[in-house]
Amino acid sequence: MRLRAFKAAFPRTLPVMAGYVFLAIGFGILLGKAGLGLGWALAMSSGIYAGAMQYVTIDLFISAATLWETALMTLMVNARHLFYGISMADKYQSTGKFKPYLALSLTDETYALLAGERVPDGVDHRWYYFFVSALNHLYWVLGSAIGSLIGSALPFDLKGIDFAMTSLFVVIFIEHWQKKSARIPALIGLCSAIICLMLFGPAGFTLPAMGLMCGVLLLMRSGTPIAPKGGM
Amino acid sequence: MHHTLMILVVAVITAALRLLPVMFFGRESRVIPPSLMYLSRVLPSAIVSLLVIYSLRSMSFIILSSWLPAISGVIMAALLHQWKRNTLLSVFGSTACYMLLTRML
Repeated sequence: MRLRAFKAAFPRTLPVMAGYVFLAIGFGILLGKAGLGLGWALAMSSGIYAGAMQYVTIDLFISAATLWETALMTLMVNARHLFYGISMADKYQSTGKFKPYLALSLTDETYALLAGERVPDGVDHRWYYFFVSALNHLYWVLGSAIGSLIGSALPFDLKGIDFAMTSLFVVIFIEHWQKKSARIPALIGLCSAIICLMLFGPAGFTLPAMGLMCGVLLLMRSGTPIAPKGGM
Repeated sequence: MHHTLMILVVAVITAALRLLPVMFFGRESRVIPPSLMYLSRVLPSAIVSLLVIYSLRSMSFIILSSWLPAISGVIMAALLHQWKRNTLLSVFGSTACYMLLTRML
């Protein structure tokens, strides 16, 4: 039963493995450049396990941010996880002892893999969710370790490698764009983000942007009889 | 010590953001309000757009060495992905493009 779930989960996670290992290596290297080594990389990737936020945390280390600034930043960058949790809540209702770990390991990519797809027939959904989540987590931790270890050994300078995060988001955006039903929400998100960035500046725009897009999306819903289906 | 505290702050807040909705709405027999169900379907696409803008937030439209590598990287990622639908290729190729351009300008 467990093996069947694993066999179903593993191939599904291969695209994420490619992206995560590369991004995590970049993280490990950048963290090393900021003066923090393997132990720190492992701790952050196991305990925080949030790619975008981990990169931002390196920025915060370098700029010697206060704990208060750190907290605010975390709230803004990771607020979207609230909605991932709400979205998966009904699927996770019957997962029993797995629930806390499943919740804690719900990243953008894990959410992308689990939210839109049906669990394959004949497979225990709890083990399937667990293996997808845990494998993605493993790739991330391993990549961070590799990056941390090879970072100082590289002969050339890796300035700009954090662009990998932007690239990954662009790739995910395109994946969403392929689904016609997701285009209007994607555009609403884009416009809300740009407007709020111009109004509030780079440091404080994410929370207003989220408020704006929720407002517009809810207004749209009450205005039309049919809500867009299948966001993922 | 300060670094440890910062990591703890990030970890605890992130964990709370993830745990609260699942533990609250995920209780069996809990009914999720329709508006929340609707948002949970449409928000992910909107949020990914926000993430793209967020990762580009420090880009300047005035300074060439800031916007040219970034915009080129984004276009390269889009082109590569439309072409091959391979995440690793798209991320690697666009990042390499970005890193090259930042060194040339």
